[in-house]
Amino acid sequence: MRNEAGRGSEGYLAGIRAGLPFALLAGVVAISFGALARSLGWGVLAPIMFSVITFSVAAQFAVAAVLGAGGGVFAAIAAAVLLNARFLPMGMAVAPFLEGGPLRRALEGQTILTTSWALASRGGGRFDRAFMIGATVPQYVAWTVGTAVGVLSHVVVGDVERLGLDVVFPAFFLALLMRELRSGGKRTIAATAIAAALAAALVPIAPPGVPVLGACGAALLGLKGRSS
Amino acid sequence: MSALWVAIVIVALANAAIKAAGPILAGGRELPPRVNAVIALLTPALLTALVITETFGEDGHLALDERALGVGVAAVAVMLRAPVLLAVVLAALATALARLLG
Repeated sequence: MRNEAGRGSEGYLAGIRAGLPFALLAGVVAISFGALARSLGWGVLAPIMFSVITFSVAAQFAVAAVLGAGGGVFAAIAAAVLLNARFLPMGMAVAPFLEGGPLRRALEGQTILTTSWALASRGGGRFDRAFMIGATVPQYVAWTVGTAVGVLSHVVVGDVERLGLDVVFPAFFLALLMRELRSGGKRTIAATAIAAALAAALVPIAPPGVPVLGACGAALLGLKGRSS
Repeated sequence: MSALWVAIVIVALANAAIKAAGPILAGGRELPPRVNAVIALLTPALLTALVITETFGEDGHLALDERALGVGVAAVAVMLRAPVLLAVVLAALATALARLLG
């Protein structure tokens, strides 16, 4: 895998191109979010600001779901934070490939999206920093513009589930996982099996977000001896 | 400030803090090899958890439905060396078709 991407604009541009299909999807989902928020009586400014300063599909829908169902502010915040807790291990995974001091790295870390993070993974735990940042740009634009369109137009987009678009993400993550498994050793396979068992076991008993976080415990296998 | 704005601002701040924490904690210095080994395994562990929860997770329980079929089709496509994008499109098509017929 070439790694000239750290320099120049080539890596960013490649990332932007790779992010475009997901930007399309983000735009559709954002329109739904905007329309949903408007229907909940959030007004115009609040949902748009929410998308601008947070840009998190899962967290924003969680807040809308909890508040929309009459839940309290604390419950809404807790649901969103749990869902986004996955960005902690994701941030640790990309950390060695970010540039500069702590402040610069913290800023670059803001571009972590689940899709961009996965797109930028290069197997064996390596990441392409410029690719990740580039991939986030079109998705961020689509997300904020889409939210505004949804809020202002009340457009009801076609049923995402009927089009099968909800499987785009797990299918994409599976394709990348299979690449990780091909390039990784026995320990990668073992960690994958343990993570699958942990996630499946936690889904019925833990709130959303916790299964993904808990499954990261499988990575502790790395503490054990050497070999790959 | 209304409850909505409180939620929006706190979620935004928490989100930024979570995204900043990993890069600050694990970047910019040499880590012991064992810690690096753990960090390297976070990627397959996270991908696995995302696949499991998004394929089988349904309102707090596990379900076997049209999503599993679509993701299965993607797995076969990848095994047959199809490009990732094609595998993903086939997955969506298979799931949509199964829902249409189901």
